[in-house]
Amino acid sequence: MLGYIVRRLALMLITLFGISVIIFVLLRIVPGNIVDILFDAAGFVDPSDKANLERELGLDQSIVVQYLHWIGGLLHGDLGYSYVSEKPALDEILPRIPITARLAGLALMFSAAIGIPLGVLSALKQGSRLDYILRAVSLSGLSLPSFWLGLLILMASVSMFGTMPIYTPNPQSFGQAVAIYCVPAMAVGFRSAALVMRITRSSMLEVLRQDYIRTARAKGASETTVNFRHALKNGMLPIITVLGIEAAFLVGGLIVTETVFNIPGIARFLVEAIRWRDYPIVQNLVMFCALIVVLANFTVDMLYAVFDPRIRYND
Amino acid sequence: MRSMKMLGVLIVSLLITSSAGLAAEKQGGILRMYHRDSPASASIHEEATYSVNVPFMAVFNNLVMYKQDVAQNSIDSIVPELATSWAWSDDKKKLTFKLHQGVKWHDGKPFTSADVKCTFDMVMGKSQQKFRKNPRKAWYNQVEDITTNGDYEVSFNLKRPQPALITLLASGYSPIYPCHVSPAQMRTHPIGTGPFKFVEFKANESIKLTRNPDYWKKGLPHLDGIEYTIIPNRSTAILGFVSGKFDMTFPTEVSIPLLKDVKAQDPKAICVVAPNNVSTNIIVNRASPPFDNPDIRKAMALALDRKAFISILFEGQADIGGTMLPQPDGIWGMPKEMLETIPGYGPDVKANREEARKLMEKAGYGPNKHLPVKVSTRNIAVYRDPAVILIDQLKDIYIDGELDVVETANWFSKIARKDYALGLNLTGNAVDDPDQAFYENYSCNSERNYTKYCNPEIEKLFDKQSLETDLNKRKKLVWEIDKQIQEDVARPIIYHSRTGTCWQPYVKGVTVMVNSSYNGYRYEDVWLDK
Repeated sequence: MLGYIVRRLALMLITLFGISVIIFVLLRIVPGNIVDILFDAAGFVDPSDKANLERELGLDQSIVVQYLHWIGGLLHGDLGYSYVSEKPALDEILPRIPITARLAGLALMFSAAIGIPLGVLSALKQGSRLDYILRAVSLSGLSLPSFWLGLLILMASVSMFGTMPIYTPNPQSFGQAVAIYCVPAMAVGFRSAALVMRITRSSMLEVLRQDYIRTARAKGASETTVNFRHALKNGMLPIITVLGIEAAFLVGGLIVTETVFNIPGIARFLVEAIRWRDYPIVQNLVMFCALIVVLANFTVDMLYAVFDPRIRYND
Repeated sequence: MRSMKMLGVLIVSLLITSSAGLAAEKQGGILRMYHRDSPASASIHEEATYSVNVPFMAVFNNLVMYKQDVAQNSIDSIVPELATSWAWSDDKKKLTFKLHQGVKWHDGKPFTSADVKCTFDMVMGKSQQKFRKNPRKAWYNQVEDITTNGDYEVSFNLKRPQPALITLLASGYSPIYPCHVSPAQMRTHPIGTGPFKFVEFKANESIKLTRNPDYWKKGLPHLDGIEYTIIPNRSTAILGFVSGKFDMTFPTEVSIPLLKDVKAQDPKAICVVAPNNVSTNIIVNRASPPFDNPDIRKAMALALDRKAFISILFEGQADIGGTMLPQPDGIWGMPKEMLETIPGYGPDVKANREEARKLMEKAGYGPNKHLPVKVSTRNIAVYRDPAVILIDQLKDIYIDGELDVVETANWFSKIARKDYALGLNLTGNAVDDPDQAFYENYSCNSERNYTKYCNPEIEKLFDKQSLETDLNKRKKLVWEIDKQIQEDVARPIIYHSRTGTCWQPYVKGVTVMVNSSYNGYRYEDVWLDK
């Protein structure tokens, strides 16, 4: 097991290195850089001013030198400076991580808390009216774009309560503090919950047909024990896989929700940084997201062994 | 006895009026607005978008400024600010300002004439310290140097008379910066002498200003502060306004269709629609085929149905004009009768297009041989939408347009390389003055003359109007120049847009400028009747 973990960690490092090269090269292949954008607003570029700024930002150096400079800094905890704000990239990125983490965590909790029980219920009541209703709800959850759902929520909120739960750094009350995270989390979590529900339902249906479930029933186990201890536990692997993928997606993929609810998280910040070609911010944020994705995958792999004791990672 | 009674009535009325006056301007409160995007920096001199002027103009003062409660910016609405007075020398080549004494920067240091010299030396690129970007250097091409006489007098020495210089100095783009603060710091933490002090600017999040308690204009500002929440999503921003989260929308940012939504959801909101002195125009690559052919350029100008653009995009609320913003909101726009004599401006669109088709046929195109052309524009709705309509209109004269959307990062370099045939462009004018509009966009040596239109005869007229001190004579010259530019299809103007600004009824003292969206954000007179 230890050997497996070490191999996985090594693989993670290689993956992260690969990603760092890809993002670095891709960013520089895309036409236009921060200097072009800064001067674009002014409508013209004085070539000497442009050259000075490129020199100041280190953009006149070769791509290899720029890469080594970035990676060298990264290894020492120096993420460089944002080209736009001229502040340390770390200071720009760090305050945004807890905001997105809270939102993503709540969305994930919402999707698990709603998706798993309803999926189980749908499987247990297969073919019933309730099953059809739940399947219709899950289908709508997958079909509704989250920006549309977010806007609907905001409009309904303004129309019904005369206020709306958009982000504020200093909430006036506990209720507002809860609302500014929970409402967007529900908006984005609705789609994830629908996905989890469908996966849970199909996984449960498959497990419920297994011989050991019949054996458990024959041995006189209660329905609750059969459904949750035997069936759900064994049907958890695909659910964990989906939750892992969703967790990774939610870290960097909340751009629409963050935009609609005006949440200053990392996804919106990343898109803005790409628009400005703010390389230090983009590179470091992408690396952060990549790190979360590989860690989520690693965690999922470890959880497989917890939920299915038959799975053992040999050294 | 009767006169005593009258005196009594007069005193009572005066008391009522003065107490009403006192009640009328309440002190305190934070003005909450949303901001349409996250500005690149807080340094007005280094930026060329009013996304910077709106929040940061209140941090500074100018030598002179456009009176903030007069909607139309003109030479007559210019009032002294950090200057107490100004005077031209007899030969009109020296403009001298006497300065206020006792003014302090927000960090407590005294303001002197050296700060004025520093600021404009830096703008003209003559100082040791340099701006990272310097977009308005060309505004001061006619300034030879700036001299000080003691701490409270400063003179602009000109190469030749330029009466319009004062209009440039009054713009929101011409604040006075402190000598002792570096350009880098001004980008992140600006120090001014203005009514509000900078508190913080969190990119993509918020901008906060607080009242300057030591403001040199006694009794001002009325507000305790101004807070901008950055909300790039228009729907969310408008919902925020109608739900009462914001006291005011971002100035001139409410489109005409959105304005209807605002009024429907918040009928008590006060909304003003005004021109913002931004023209939507076509840039033509006249250096290479097919638009090196003057007949094709003229045909394209004749094909434009400007009313259709305005009807579709603005529900009829925009203006047709030449380079200068049309009257009555603009000062220099051509009279309608004169405008309609220019090819393509006549009301009979069918006849115009018939003439255009003949020109196209003369150039070798026709129903069986269309001219394929890429219409390049930025990937932003205000650019893209009119470009689509333009493509549709060009079909009528055998031109098959294809939309070529370009990301902002690549737009300027594409234009600079002349890698386009037709481009749909927006041009904003910070001040409603021909010196700015003509030299910047049509002068042979201007970097912002994207099409490189160059007419030495017109160039002479630019100087002639610039030197002219008689307003009426200058106007007539300006009209002639504008007409000639439009006839040369230098950069065909499609329309001048109008946009809305809304605020809650308790927000008082807001004036929306009608001929510039860059100059009206000092906000020292704004107050909240709460």
